[in-house]
Amino acid sequence: MEKETGFVGKADEFLQMFKKGEEFTKELLKENEKLRYRIAQMEESIQRSGDEARIKVYEDRIALMEEELNSLKERFRQVEEENKDFASKYIEVEEENNNLANLYVASYQLHSTLDFSEVLRIVLEIIINLIGAEKFAILLIDEKTNEMVPVSAEGMAVSDAPKVKIGQGRIGSVAKEGESFFSEDLAGMGELNPLEPIVCIPLKIKEHVIGVISIYKLLTQKDGFTNVDYELFNLLAGHAATAIFSSRLYTQSERKLTTIQSFLDLLKEKPRK
Amino acid sequence: MPNILVVEDSPTMRQLISFAIKRIPNSHVIEATDGVDALKKLSSEKIDLILADINMPVMDGLKLVSLVRGNPAYKAIPVIIVTTEGAEEDRKRALSIGANAYLPKPIQTQELIKLVNTYLAR
Repeated sequence: MEKETGFVGKADEFLQMFKKGEEFTKELLKENEKLRYRIAQMEESIQRSGDEARIKVYEDRIALMEEELNSLKERFRQVEEENKDFASKYIEVEEENNNLANLYVASYQLHSTLDFSEVLRIVLEIIINLIGAEKFAILLIDEKTNEMVPVSAEGMAVSDAPKVKIGQGRIGSVAKEGESFFSEDLAGMGELNPLEPIVCIPLKIKEHVIGVISIYKLLTQKDGFTNVDYELFNLLAGHAATAIFSSRLYTQSERKLTTIQSFLDLLKEKPRK
Repeated sequence: MPNILVVEDSPTMRQLISFAIKRIPNSHVIEATDGVDALKKLSSEKIDLILADINMPVMDGLKLVSLVRGNPAYKAIPVIIVTTEGAEEDRKRALSIGANAYLPKPIQTQELIKLVNTYLAR
């Protein structure tokens, strides 16, 4: 009996222990559940904070790239401006080159001969082809009469060009003062008035005027003067003057030389007779 | 290397046009003083383009254009007229005879080079 009572007591005790163990296990399971939940929460939080950090990094990168893009756009705009500048400068240089080529050719041709009539022909060619004049005359000063006499003309007869005293009228004033005249009104150039040119250029060797170029009408397609025209007028004023003057002297001396040579030949022939 | 025949009686203009044309890379200028001289050059050289004045002694530019267009050997060569004659009827006349382009003097070098390049490219 005592043995039975002891056995039951131990069974109860074991049951109690088992129940406690069960409760403890349940508690552990609950705790485990809680911990799992907490870990899951923490993992989620860690992931969330990782995404935010990445987004922040990306945002920073985007901001940096936008800044770079803006700076590149600005540089591009500057380069484009520079290109425009270079393009316009290139056009200017090209124009300058062409003008210089015109002036070089004109000057080269003017000094290519010592024949007076050929020099006059070259002056005419330059005025027609490079300046674009249709009616004009070249007048040279006759030192004996102090009068300007036409020596060559284009688009009009030489006889239609006027003889002008120095200081008289527009042409005479240009010869006296040595300053070029450019009419502001090119519209009225249709009617030919030999005393009223639209342009009158003195032919000068230093300050000494030897004649003038008197222009009365431009070619139909020429409606005004460009910068190179004024450069050509300046060139004509100087270079044409020296070319005309030296060729005239040379031609005169050639003639004299021929005359003297003829006399010498005559003198040589006389004793033989 | 394109051969360009410059037909012009004025030495000044010949030199000026030659100067401008020489700025076209690899181009070679052949000069003639009038239409007859130009025909001689056409028979002895391979010409790719002609630049001709109208008013010239011996044979003028318009006569030259009509002869060039009438000859099967030369009729495909482009001809550009460079002249002081600026009236519209002169331009029409030259183009009706067979000139490809008409450039009144005084010439603008860039315009001349552009025109020559255009016809050489064709």
